[in-house]
Amino acid sequence: MTRFILPFIVFVVLVIFLFIGLRLDPREVPSPLVGKPAPVFVQPQLGEASKVFSPADMKGKVWLMNVWASWCVSCEAEHPVLMELSKLNLVPIIGLDYKDKPEAAMQVLNQRGNPYSLVATDRDGRTGIDYGVYGVPETYVIDKQGIIQYKLIGPVNPKNLKETILPMVAELEKK
Amino acid sequence: MRRFLLALACLVPLLAYAGEARDLSDDPVTEKRMVKLAEELRCLVCQNESLASSHAELADDLRQEVREKIRKGLTDQQIKDYLVARYGDFVLYQPPVKRTTYLLWAGPFILLLAGMGILYVQLRKRKSAIKDETPSAEALQRAAAMLSDEKEKI
Repeated sequence: MTRFILPFIVFVVLVIFLFIGLRLDPREVPSPLVGKPAPVFVQPQLGEASKVFSPADMKGKVWLMNVWASWCVSCEAEHPVLMELSKLNLVPIIGLDYKDKPEAAMQVLNQRGNPYSLVATDRDGRTGIDYGVYGVPETYVIDKQGIIQYKLIGPVNPKNLKETILPMVAELEKK
Repeated sequence: MRRFLLALACLVPLLAYAGEARDLSDDPVTEKRMVKLAEELRCLVCQNESLASSHAELADDLRQEVREKIRKGLTDQQIKDYLVARYGDFVLYQPPVKRTTYLLWAGPFILLLAGMGILYVQLRKRKSAIKDETPSAEALQRAAAMLSDEKEKI
């Protein structure tokens, strides 16, 4: 009997490790940018190409930067959630239209509604590279000092909005 | 005149060739360095492919980024640092040795040593077990008696 105990313990430990492994999402690569200042950029705004946007414009505010594109399917899924969020008026959402044609992006916003305070365009994806974007949609929570506090890879949904993003915004708002 | 036109017509395909794959043949030295570097980097979109072999659009952009950095005269290490600053250690196929990766680097060797230890103990045990198996004189006598009994029965 005792000779089965050791292999059994090894088996149980292995199962625990595999179980933890199954629950991790390999697509979620931790970003080295969390805790660092949001990379600087100056990009034209969607619909108003004469105006530019730079993260410095948001100094003193807690804000979300949502990287999206008209060609991105998961962005369609998160769009209603962003619409709801924008109605709550809790936090400004700045869009970054990633590797997209401005006309296509405008069309999407006209059709489905526009949750963004404004949208900056990143046609060649350079700004995306500076932010370590590898799968749209991605959402960054940036604090009053312009420090990235959180990065969400994948669509915003009611769950992660309520459990992670909004509490974090409220917390940062107090500082 | 007709010959001249014919010769002119022969030049037409050259025009078609001019724009092709200019990016790649621009500078073979840069390209070679880029490919070598990209083979050590992981594509974040299709995570089991290197940046060199991935067809993802982001990989394309990053290869272009690496090319430009090479042209600007950055060293391989500087280019890697540039990517790590944006995408984390995950982009490197060979993770750096630091506190969070000690177990990763030392793990296999610890397991190897543990395995060798277990093997050694087991072999020692077996050796002593074999020694004990040597039958005593008494046992041999008994066996011989049993064998002769058998013979008598037959």
